[in-house]
Formats: sequence, structure tokens, C-alpha cells
Amino acid sequence: MTISIEPENKKQESIQPKGWLKYFSFSLDHKVIGIQYLICGFVFYLVGGTLASAIRIELASPMSDFMPRDVYNQVLTLHGTIMIFLWIVPVVNGAFGNYLIPFYVGARDMAFPRLNAVAFWLIPPSGLMLIFSYFIDGAAQAGWTAYPPLSITTPQSGQIIWILSVLLLGGSSIFGGINFIATILKLRRPGLKLMQLPMYCWAMLGTSILVVLSTPVLAGTLILLSFDIVANTGFFNPVLGGNVVVYQHLFWFYSHPAVYIMVLPAFGLVSEILPIHCRKPLFGYSTMVFSIMGIVVLGLVVWAHHMFTSGTPPWMRLFFTIATAFIAVPTGIKFFNWVATMWGGRISINSAILFSCGFIINFVFGGITGVALAQVPFDIHVHDTYFVVAHFHYIVYGGSVFVIFSSIYHWFPKVTGKLLNEKLGILHFVITFVGFNLCFAPQHWLGLNGMPRRVAEYDPQFQFVNQISSVGALLMAISTIPFLVNIFISIAKGKKAGDNPWNALTPEWLTSSPPPVENWEGEAPLVKEPYGYGESITN
Amino acid sequence: MTSLDTSKELNKKDKGIEEGHEDFRLFGLITFLIADGMTFAGFFAAYLTYKAVNPLPDGAIYELELPIPTLNTILLLISSATFHKASKSLLNKKNNDSQRWLLFTALLGIIFLVCQLFEYFNLPFSLTDNLFASTFYALTGFHGLHVTLGTLMILIISWQVRSNGGRLSHLNMFPLEAVELYWHFVDGIWVILFIILYLL
Repeated sequence: MTISIEPENKKQESIQPKGWLKYFSFSLDHKVIGIQYLICGFVFYLVGGTLASAIRIELASPMSDFMPRDVYNQVLTLHGTIMIFLWIVPVVNGAFGNYLIPFYVGARDMAFPRLNAVAFWLIPPSGLMLIFSYFIDGAAQAGWTAYPPLSITTPQSGQIIWILSVLLLGGSSIFGGINFIATILKLRRPGLKLMQLPMYCWAMLGTSILVVLSTPVLAGTLILLSFDIVANTGFFNPVLGGNVVVYQHLFWFYSHPAVYIMVLPAFGLVSEILPIHCRKPLFGYSTMVFSIMGIVVLGLVVWAHHMFTSGTPPWMRLFFTIATAFIAVPTGIKFFNWVATMWGGRISINSAILFSCGFIINFVFGGITGVALAQVPFDIHVHDTYFVVAHFHYIVYGGSVFVIFSSIYHWFPKVTGKLLNEKLGILHFVITFVGFNLCFAPQHWLGLNGMPRRVAEYDPQFQFVNQISSVGALLMAISTIPFLVNIFISIAKGKKAGDNPWNALTPEWLTSSPPPVENWEGEAPLVKEPYGYGESITN
Repeated sequence: MTSLDTSKELNKKDKGIEEGHEDFRLFGLITFLIADGMTFAGFFAAYLTYKAVNPLPDGAIYELELPIPTLNTILLLISSATFHKASKSLLNKKNNDSQRWLLFTALLGIIFLVCQLFEYFNLPFSLTDNLFASTFYALTGFHGLHVTLGTLMILIISWQVRSNGGRLSHLNMFPLEAVELYWHFVDGIWVILFIILYLL
């Protein structure tokens, strides 16, 4: 059955504000929504980063002298929640997904443009709600995991606002996931086969499957938790006969896949960036696809490796250790493929590729500590220590955030039509890379020596290493300055980029920069070989 | 219009040829229902785990009677069939028949909700009595919320299929199809819920 719908976008275009104001209006254009996700996410990144700086200032001395201990708990809870739900998840999925997926499938917009706009506009209010809960009666204190009974016994109002906020963000995420699945599977340009799609489409398809299957479970769990808090039920309250381990199972059933929701799109983005700047086809396209789908399937059955100290029975430990070790195989395949893509290529050294290489280095490190943490004896030793903190920051910052910056450098010319300043970009990379490793590498040592996470006070013997870590955090904070300066200067008076400054073959570069409202003036191009770089094509 | 509105992708006059595209609103709805089903799956998993590892404390009461939920199961199964009748009637351009079947379906939904409330008020335990009581009310309540929303939507589309000037016709079946799919889903969840909560 075919339907005919009036041209919404064109109709909207006439009433929409022009220029930068359009990013602050209700728009149905997937490109505008993508940039809205990115700007909104970056603002929250600055907030979350400020909170992280506050944590590192506090930890520069062993005593809690910078802020009271309960404020410290609120700060670390807000930091974790903001960085995950308001920065990385919306940006790697929402921002780049919305901007790129319609181009890659040869469409003029997403499958459900209004649902798309709704999904975005759920984010700013829930983020503000979360932040302003601090001024009502104190924000949530139970960490981003909100484990009961801690989340039941800490002050209620902050925790309830946290739950509402995460529920809204989960809804936004589910709407986005539905939209991506429909767009990739149903809205492809006629003649374009699934195995001809750019890799980011596959990554987003896998991610969206994870979002649709796992996010609702978190929503249900948080509804039960809110009953425990406001209605005095006992689902997760041991005092009333409840079971805290059930909460942990349900929570990690979402929150482990959430790690893949944060890194799979990053994998896809790197797969787009590397071939273009190395002038070589993506190595092992089909193995990349199968490893993404392998990660999706395995990612759903490894959650209990977060719970080895929660009285898990031996068979469960065995199963989840093995499943977690298995997930290193598809991930490893992807890394070999990226290195093979770069091997022998004509690599141009620019900010985009530097951040991508930084991602590969950091993520291999975080991946290795991840496999180590999956081993029960080791995990029990370092559980809830700074080793875990270092591990997941290598994954989410060293992995996802490096890719976000790489992607911004790569697609900025497409979005604005201007080139970024390479010198400032390389400066940004160097400060970020050095600062990041200085901040988080020493934390492995701290964790192995027994410093627990989520504490404002610690044994004075750890002071020196903590101060090194704080210096690294300071560098990371400074690194945003050259980045922001670069963005604003380049928007104002950057060099004209032209339509295709990287001589790329993927469809988004085959239109003007910035692209017109309906993506192409004429018919959408049919790109069957998005990675067809080689000697004949190098110009 | 619903938020599941489609884009005008490819739907422009190009070289004088009108292009159209497949209607994938139903596909989007199915994806959403899978997500919704996962919420129930989480609740079911929690309930079954509680059953397996958390013994009922001494003196706590958790007993369920079968007659009302059995009646409710029958009501919902019939309502699925009557909804199907409504959709068949509309397809055959019999708007009045369709409206009658829809109103009958909505009535069955309302009777279901009344029976559910009657059961709530006659149970020997309340929400906070014990773990199983809480889970029982959470599960049936969450399902009841779905039935309430579904009944409201059926009432709305039963107004829209009216023969003089309604929005829905055999040419515009989507809203009816969407609510029908949702109603079958809610029905299916009830059958699983009935087996897990009352029969196991």
C-alpha cells in the first residue's frame, strides 16, 4: 500500500526562522534535529565536565574539604547520569544518526520526522529537571546505578526527579531507535542493498535493536523503584522482604547493553572516517557487519558480569565470564579491520584521523582491562575500586568521546561549509590525549591498590597519584578551550570548504555544503560502493 | 494526525511521475510494541524470580481466586474477535456495522476494567502487604493501564468511522489497524499474565 503525504518539510521551511535561529525552533528536518542533539549534548557535556572537575578538585586532597560529603555524592551522581544519558547516548545516536542515516540510505528525511522531533525535545526539559533537582532538596545521591536500598534511603525528592528524568530520556531513546530501524530497513533508496550500506548504518541498526529491546526493561524497573520510594512497596527493599539482586539484574539488563549503545555507533563513525582519510576501502566489510551483529547478540547476555560480588551462583559466574570473554572476539575483529584499513594507506594527518587513532589506542586499553574484569577472581579483587572507574572511562571517554570529536572535525565542513583550523584541532587533540591518559591511567594503579570508588575521602598514601590524576583532569578541562575557539572562529571566518573537501564517496558528500532542506536538489545518488577508494580513484 | 506521521520521502512529483512509498507506520508500531512487550517481560522476569527465591513470610496472605480473571480472559478474547469483525466491516465499506462492532469491543474493555476493579476490592491483600501482593498489583495495574488507553482509543475511532463525515473509511484504514494491532497485543499480554500470575 502506498500513501501520499503533503510535503511537510517544504511547507515548514517557509515558516521556519533562517540561520542559526532554526536550531532553536521546532523543526522536522533531520539535519536540524541532528545539530540540535549535538549542541544540546555539548552543553550538557560542559555541565558534566564541570562536575567532573569538582570531583577531581575534591580528590586532590585526602580529606573532604572542597564540598560536604553528601554534596559530593550528588555531584558524582549527576556527573555520571549527565555524561551517559545527556551527552554520549544522545550524541553518538541522535546527533550523528539523525544527520547521516537519511543520507546513507538515500532518503530525504527520517521515516517518522515528527516522532524524531518529539524524541529530541524530550531531552532538554528532562536534563534541566535533573540539574535543577539539586536546588530543590538536593539531587539524587545513589550514583547513576541508583542501587537500592541506597536509592530508597537517601532523600526522596532528588531520587524521584532522577527517575522521572531517566524515564523521559529512555522514552526519547526508544523513539529514536524505532525511527532508525524503520529508516534503515524500510526507507532505503530503491536499488540499494543492505550489504551496500555504509558501516554506520549497520552500527545504528544494531544499536537501535539494543535500545528497543533493553531500554523498556530499565523503564519498568525504575517504575517499580519509584513505587518503593513513594508508595512504600517492597520490591527492592530487603526490610520489607524485597530482593535487591533482582533490581541489579534488571538494571544491568539495560545498562550493559547501554555500553554498546554508547560504543557501537562510535565504531560505525570510525569506520566512516578511516577509509576517507587513508584513501583505502574499509577492510573486511562483511566481517564488520557480522561482528556488529555478534556484539548485539552477545551484548544482551553478559549483564551479570557487573554482579559477581552480589552472591551470584557459580554457574552464573561461569556463563557470564565466558560470554564476556567471547565478546572480545567480534570487537577484536573490528580493531584488526581498522588497523588493516590504515595499513599501507595514504594517511593524511589531520585532527579527525588523530582523534580516531586516539580512540583505537584508548579503546584497546579499555577493552583489555574489560576482559580482565570479566574474570571472576580478578573482578572480586578490584570490584568497586578505581580500577573499574579507569576501565569504563577508557571505554566511554577514550572510546566514544574521542570519536565524537573526530566526527565533529570530519563532518564540520559538511554542516557549515567551512573548514576548521587544523593547528587548533591538533592542539586540542594533544591536550585531550595527554590529559585523558594522565587522568585515568594512574587510576588503574589506585584501584589495584585498593582505593574504593565513589568516596570523597581516602587513605593519604594515595594522595600523590590522585593529584597526578587531577592534573590530567585539569588538562582535559583546558582542552575544550581550543576546541570551542576553533568552532566559533571557523563558523565566523573559516576557509570555504567546498562540497567535498575530503574527496569522499559516501552519499552525504555528494550534495552541497551545507546540504539543502531535502538533501539533494535532484534525485538521490545511488552509492553502491561507499568505500571504493583505491589507486584509480586517488586524484 | 498521529506522531507516527510519515515523511514525504520520495513522494514528490519528479519528471511528472508521482512516486509513492510503502506505508511503514505499522512497522514502526510493531517495533514499539516489541519495546512495550519488553517492559512486561521485565516485570514477568522479576515476578518469576521472586517466586523462585523469595519465600512468602509467615502469616502473609497471597491468594488469588480464579473465576473473575477467567471471565476477564474470555472477555478479552471475545473483544479481539469483535475488533477483527469491525475491521472486516470497514474494509467492506460497512461503516455503521464497523461502528457497532467497535462500540461492542469498547464495552467489553470497560466490563473487563470493572471486573478488574471488583477483584481488587475483594482481594484479601493490599498493595504494600508483601512482595507478591505488590508485584500482583504492579503487573495487573500496568496491564489495566494499557486496557484503559486501548478502550479510549477504540471509543475515539468508533466516532471517526461514522458514515457521515468520519475520518476513517476503507481508504484510510491505518488508525483502525493500528489500534487493532495494539488491542491484540494487550490481549496477548493478558493471556501470558493470566498463566503466570494465576495458573502457575
